Amino acid sequence: MNVTRGFTGRPRVDNPGLPPGQYDAGDDWPVLSAEVTPDLAPADWTFRIDGLVERPRTWDWEQAHALPASAYEGDIHCVTSWSKFGVRFGGVSLDAFLDEVRPQAAATHVVAYSHTGYTTNLPLADLTGGRAWIAFAYDGAPLAPEHGGPARLLVPHLYFWKSAKWIAGLRLLDHDEPGFWEQNGYHARGNPWEEQRYSGD
Amino acid sequence: MTETSTSQTAFAPPTAFTPPTRFAVPGRIAVSSGTATVWQTATLTEIRRETPHAATFRLAVPAWAGHLPGQHLMLRLTAQDGYTAQRHYSIASAPDDSGHIELTLDHVAGGEVSGWFHTVAEPGDEVEVRGPLSGFFAWPGDRPALLIGAGSGVVPLMSMVRHHRARGLAVPLRLLVSARGPEELIYAREYGTETTPVFTRSAPAGVPVGRLTAAHLAPLLAERPTGGWEAYVCGSNGFAEHASRLLVEAGQPVDRIRIERFG
Repeated sequence: MNVTRGFTGRPRVDNPGLPPGQYDAGDDWPVLSAEVTPDLAPADWTFRIDGLVERPRTWDWEQAHALPASAYEGDIHCVTSWSKFGVRFGGVSLDAFLDEVRPQAAATHVVAYSHTGYTTNLPLADLTGGRAWIAFAYDGAPLAPEHGGPARLLVPHLYFWKSAKWIAGLRLLDHDEPGFWEQNGYHARGNPWEEQRYSGD
Repeated sequence: MTETSTSQTAFAPPTAFTPPTRFAVPGRIAVSSGTATVWQTATLTEIRRETPHAATFRLAVPAWAGHLPGQHLMLRLTAQDGYTAQRHYSIASAPDDSGHIELTLDHVAGGEVSGWFHTVAEPGDEVEVRGPLSGFFAWPGDRPALLIGAGSGVVPLMSMVRHHRARGLAVPLRLLVSARGPEELIYAREYGTETTPVFTRSAPAGVPVGRLTAAHLAPLLAERPTGGWEAYVCGSNGFAEHASRLLVEAGQPVDRIRIERFG
């Protein structure tokens, strides 16, 4: 352990919800997208799932909202070290979408892509079982464009770069393909509890 | 999507799946997983005050693998009880073979890491760094660069300006840098004809006061360098949204705008 002379740090809080190396950002919600925030109206938004599925399909705004509503209340964790507690997202469970397209047995991984062309890769298992959503609302209001509105992927148990903003679709694959940050040195899975920040962690 | 390889490239697997929309910000370089994973000891060798709120910290990192202008690193401080705090910081210095790198840090109110640097740190102190990280904001010095920063958002852009100067590069480079006033302008003494400062609260006599506008961008975009500008925007989210919107409205292609936001 390399102790830094004279460094004490913030008061210690016994917070079992805080993954290693993270701090509580409080009310802040930093925006870290690398691209220009797109001007995307709900009427122009679509979400598609294809690849290794039985019935590929595209949902528009109305069709996606016709699926059962589902909420996430909990925490989110960004690879740049901030965590945000007690956030409230509204949307639809990804299970509801996947049930309609029926993934094939060979499907193991997913590339999620945005209307900006941003990509991120995930194991399919991280998107099922009530652990992932398409989110339309934050704290009871429409999701702001800079936070991915009108709709973003939400996978709160992984670092937040996996929760692609302005979500456009999922491609199911039988292998892993690195997305944008993953090609720029970031970890393939990004589990905050194992501090999987960078490739090799 | 990685389109430019450099000697530090350790892997660059092409993505077989291409989304219907080409990504607005194709990668510039791939990052070596080796250098990104290993914590190295960095020894503080010099502190230089830049403004009342910002100072430059020069660090000796003997095994530094080298970086490209625009890249950042992760820095870690460790307390007696094992508590650690880590933050991403842009690298201010140009790549060189001095075995040193420089960071310029704002003194953030309540910031446990920047607070330590500004109130405790002195030459000889040791911290830990890992990197360089993230290739998307890197500028290898190949394309005309239009740099727009605010506050300490100028730090990664200054690495590009210094690189451009140190190598005597012929490729065009322009910097628009926004600060509250002349006393808050980081690196004020270093700027040359490539730089236009924008002052938002107070300015020297004869210089207008106000935020970045389309009028600042127009003459630069009108230069139309061969191959077009690659725009790099760095600052708070509010500034980044404002500047990137101005760029798009002025005709800069969305896929030629790279944004690094504080946070």
